Amino acid sequence: MHEMMVAQSLLAQILDEAAKQNAKPVAAKISCGKLNAINDEILRFAFDAIAKDTLCQGVKLEIEHKPLQAKCKICKSIFKIEFSKPQCEKCNKQEFELLPDAPLILEEIEFQNG
Amino acid sequence: MGKIMKKINIGKKILSENEKCAIENKSFLAERKKLCLNMISSPGSGKTTILVRTITELKDKTKIGVIEGDIQTDIDTQRIKTTEAPVVQINTEGACHLSAAQVSRGLKNLPVSDLDLIFIENVGNLVCPSAFELGEAGKVVVLSVAEGDDKPAKYPGIFAKSKVLLINKIDLLVSGGQVDFDIERAKSDARRLNKAIEIFPVSAKTGQGMADWYDWLIRNVEQSKMQP
Repeated sequence: MHEMMVAQSLLAQILDEAAKQNAKPVAAKISCGKLNAINDEILRFAFDAIAKDTLCQGVKLEIEHKPLQAKCKICKSIFKIEFSKPQCEKCNKQEFELLPDAPLILEEIEFQNG
Repeated sequence: MGKIMKKINIGKKILSENEKCAIENKSFLAERKKLCLNMISSPGSGKTTILVRTITELKDKTKIGVIEGDIQTDIDTQRIKTTEAPVVQINTEGACHLSAAQVSRGLKNLPVSDLDLIFIENVGNLVCPSAFELGEAGKVVVLSVAEGDDKPAKYPGIFAKSKVLLINKIDLLVSGGQVDFDIERAKSDARRLNKAIEIFPVSAKTGQGMADWYDWLIRNVEQSKMQP
């Protein structure tokens, strides 16, 4: 449900950039970490709802999910953590520290001119 | 009329406004050496009951203020007021979590200089509030035994991010009773993702287990005061 606030911030940033570029946005690429708990369908639904009747109406969102990583305290390798089986991929030990989750980033906007 | 497309790299945090405000809240509190904790749980896990008991029993040891976040009503604020602790109500009018800007307004309406410890009682929800930093020193997640011992495994995000887990309503766990909850399972699932998490099984109704939680609070209030 918090996707609505994410959608509002995203819309404001895209409209901002569209004014700078003086162009119509057609697509935007965002990335997020696992702990941001972003549900693609809900984010797109929220974004479409508030983008209606703005310059962003029809903007397609591409959403990339970055894995949550951890560092093994035993063999020091960095691995992708699976919540269902949180252990080191290499040595199978459960001694690890979670690395910071990837933040929500607006990576790129695609505009159409003319 | 061929359409020319262009791609612009942005690379900006989407929640940068919230983050900026959270950092301001954090330094506001750190400069004044106040401890601030963000309490998160499902609706009905007992956050307000825990706060009322904690404020009452620590009255002579530490001064506590509360920012109450709810979608609607000031029911929780009225309950906190019975303790005479300063409290500010924030109604999110439908939003499922508090934002840093709301907490900033809340802090302006609390007598912060008279307090040692500020609790933010977030909107009841185990998912959304965990994605928004408010400027707190740590998160306290509350799980009541009636919700089931599988919640740390099913909602890993908040358990991975919290400093403290309070397992509440342990007075319901009686042999042959209605509630099946394996405290050891909940503990080990929470610790699989977060080795450092402090876990206190408590009953805010009977007071059972609350002393260890109070010790942790007092220790952390003292540490906040000693920050350079």
